[in-house]
Amino acid sequence: MSQDVVRVTRRSFLVGLNLSLAGLALGLPALADEPSGRAGPGPRAAAPEDGPGLHPNPFVHVAPDGMVTIVCHRSEMGQGVRSSIPVLIADELGADMARVVVRQADGDKKYGDQNTDGSSSIRKFYDDLRYVGATARTMLVAAAAAKWKVKPETCEARGNAVVHPPTKRSLGFGELAEAAAKLPVPNRENVKLRPRSELLRVNSPSLPLLDGPAYVTGQAVYGADVKLPDMLIAVIARPPVVGGKVARYDASRALKIPGVKRVVEMPAAQRPYGFQPWGGIAVLAENTWAAMRGRAALDITWDPGDNVVYDSSTYREKLLASVREPGTPYRNVGDVDAAFAKAARVVEAEYTVPHLAQMPMEPPVAIARFAGGRCEVWAPTQHPQAARAQVAKTLGIGEDAVAVHVTLLGGGFGRKSKADFSAEAAFLAREAGVPVRVQWTREDDIHHCYYNAVNAQRIRAGLDANGKVIAWHHRTAFPPIGSIFTETDKPGLNDLQQGVLDLALDVPNVRAEGCKADAHVRIGWYRSVYNIFHAFGIGSLIDEIAHARGADPRDVWLEIIGPPRTMSLQDLGIEKLANYGEKLEKHPVDAGRLRRVIERVTASANWSGRKKDGRGYGLAAHRSFVTYTAVVLAVVPDERNKVRVDEAWICMDAGSVVNQDRARAQMEGSVVMGISNAFLGGITMKGGATEQSNFRDARIARIGEVPRKIHVDLVPSDGPPCGVGEPGVPPVGPALANAVFALTGKRIREVPILRGLFA
Amino acid sequence: MSVRIRVNGVEKTLDVDPEMPLLWALRDVLGLTGTKYGCGQALCGACAVHLDGQVVRACVTPVRRADGHSVTTIEGLAPDGSHPLQRAWVELGVPQCGFCQAGQIMTAAALLKAKPKPSDDEIDQSMAGNLCRCGAYPRIRAAIRKAAGMPEGER
Repeated sequence: MSQDVVRVTRRSFLVGLNLSLAGLALGLPALADEPSGRAGPGPRAAAPEDGPGLHPNPFVHVAPDGMVTIVCHRSEMGQGVRSSIPVLIADELGADMARVVVRQADGDKKYGDQNTDGSSSIRKFYDDLRYVGATARTMLVAAAAAKWKVKPETCEARGNAVVHPPTKRSLGFGELAEAAAKLPVPNRENVKLRPRSELLRVNSPSLPLLDGPAYVTGQAVYGADVKLPDMLIAVIARPPVVGGKVARYDASRALKIPGVKRVVEMPAAQRPYGFQPWGGIAVLAENTWAAMRGRAALDITWDPGDNVVYDSSTYREKLLASVREPGTPYRNVGDVDAAFAKAARVVEAEYTVPHLAQMPMEPPVAIARFAGGRCEVWAPTQHPQAARAQVAKTLGIGEDAVAVHVTLLGGGFGRKSKADFSAEAAFLAREAGVPVRVQWTREDDIHHCYYNAVNAQRIRAGLDANGKVIAWHHRTAFPPIGSIFTETDKPGLNDLQQGVLDLALDVPNVRAEGCKADAHVRIGWYRSVYNIFHAFGIGSLIDEIAHARGADPRDVWLEIIGPPRTMSLQDLGIEKLANYGEKLEKHPVDAGRLRRVIERVTASANWSGRKKDGRGYGLAAHRSFVTYTAVVLAVVPDERNKVRVDEAWICMDAGSVVNQDRARAQMEGSVVMGISNAFLGGITMKGGATEQSNFRDARIARIGEVPRKIHVDLVPSDGPPCGVGEPGVPPVGPALANAVFALTGKRIREVPILRGLFA
Repeated sequence: MSVRIRVNGVEKTLDVDPEMPLLWALRDVLGLTGTKYGCGQALCGACAVHLDGQVVRACVTPVRRADGHSVTTIEGLAPDGSHPLQRAWVELGVPQCGFCQAGQIMTAAALLKAKPKPSDDEIDQSMAGNLCRCGAYPRIRAAIRKAAGMPEGER
């Protein structure tokens, strides 16, 4: 080889873009000790917080040179958390973003909850993160005030310095850091948050994308980009049916493939499966290609186990039969049976939604090294603490002996909350005695997924002579996520919070039931989870009621939701509401907010004028992750798919927003993902094994299949922050089904809608 | 067998299985990890690179096909990373997770070379093979238009 490849250096790129070097440093996990080539994070530099300076909590460090290190404890998977959390802390602190370095936290309980899931990074940590920054600010101000012998209240922290306006004195954060570090860390009650108006960058319309330059030059480090010396690549043949195991295998052909080093049998997973490795036969090779070829050359006979009976078409019938029988009632208002007996008219329908697979563009991958009884893991994980715990469990060592470093995630959507792939890498690294990267192929990702639950619903509405809904009866059946942790065959109270129990209804008689559904595959979180199908059923039925009455769907939505009000547990007819972990006093079920997003989105979409342009319009709204979202889609005829979404409007009330542009990007992406889910989505099983295997048959929307115009409206709010990453998705599916009905007159109650159009 | 490839302007000699897909030669052998694995079947475009200026799917292109030819990856698109597409991508905040974006940009770069002012239909056609699970498509289209010196269009 002549010389090394020409490399775009970070500095030259940043100069090219005229952006600040310091503010955009990647903050890669400071890793162990050896050089790792371009791909891996660099040799370990002492973590800045190990050096002198102010370090009042695990999140902030102010160095004597004035550099501020802010730790992002949540995983970056496209939601923009690394461009949001540091800004919030820096604003409270008064730091200059050009002097801020962002570091990605390892999995460690000292950071609190790191499970990047449930649209919770800002929602749950908004106040805590502000206190983190405010605590450091309070100490820097106290140090300056002591030096100047003035009252701290007369000082201000801004622009990376403490200033004393009356005397025009100023000391940089760096100059104060060591003095501040000698002060006691104040309690939270002695720390004052800034008034909202002093958070200068929070909610400004276009915060820079922290990792933008790295993303567009190929320098960003995702899971598979980490390279360790002597590392082998593993590709694993896993049991095609959940619960299956290897009956016998012959690896002789695989071992003859150049580059293949070893074949390792992995133990079969035991029920309940949780996040355990899946078992199977691993081929370890010098490079990914050899490992893939080696796996293809394995001769394995599988014992498929009990789930070989799982067949999606018969299971759908089973779920429908389940919702035709009474389930466990979780929501009860009035007397539903009496109300139906006197109803002038009943509108009822059954809806089904298949399994969905997250299919992040980056398939699962993890790197591990095991030496001296300790294991170090690098992974694109949403949940580094769970990865740490599972690795420890799989290896039978203490969590203290496990370190989990979080890379960037090439998408997560819930798949990477699970620790299975991290534990696989750890197991194989110990077996092999050298570092191992476990590389999942796309086929592996689709075949060995923690799928979103498959669902059937039966919803009935009783109408009086004027068409007003006087009775609402909702039954839903789906295998819950809890089935991967305990033996359970029906959704529980907490599962029904997602759209069923927290639905604002101005209806005097309501009953909602959870019905039986046994699990035959691993069920897992998928962006917005059960809300996907509950919004689909509810949003479709409300539209069906409107058409049955010959009324405007918008008016019927508002009538069924009823007047603006917050609803108590008693109003809702439930014993308790998990409410995404939020107190009802802080995040009530607010019919007014649900109404408002409908009013705003229909105004933006010129809903009243919709009949004039030849397009089919559909509307739906949904509360999830304590956020309120409404969507209007306009569809047009399409040569290939019969229908195409031409334009979309999405309105979200998520309370206070930290990073408007990333919130908008989440809404745009939610529309796209919602279209993929409802129009194209669906994973099916035959003989217990997944029928789809790659993007050819597990379709997601392409650029020409999504609207060119997606109008995003964020409701201005000073309220407590709510979820952003997920709540955009649920209303998209029903809005699409309703738009398809408006255009074609065809009511499609089964996802994927595309198949229904050709049925 | 050894394969000689000019990668981002630099001559490389690789001692690899000639059937190894270019993707793995780039990533595992040359350490150029900007090019991503997404499907292995030419279905997603995450591995798009230029072979003599033409877009190819590195995941299904045997490395022998690049023997004696020139390959450009995202790392070599612009010497200082300031290709108009890269600038537009950052300015418009196109990437969400960012994983597919190298492939998107390499595909768009070839499009703009062939068609300096593409229509929206031409953009959709050229970019149809590049999947983005985050759904950044409207901004991808806007950024291509911006890089082409056209109005970004409503999105």
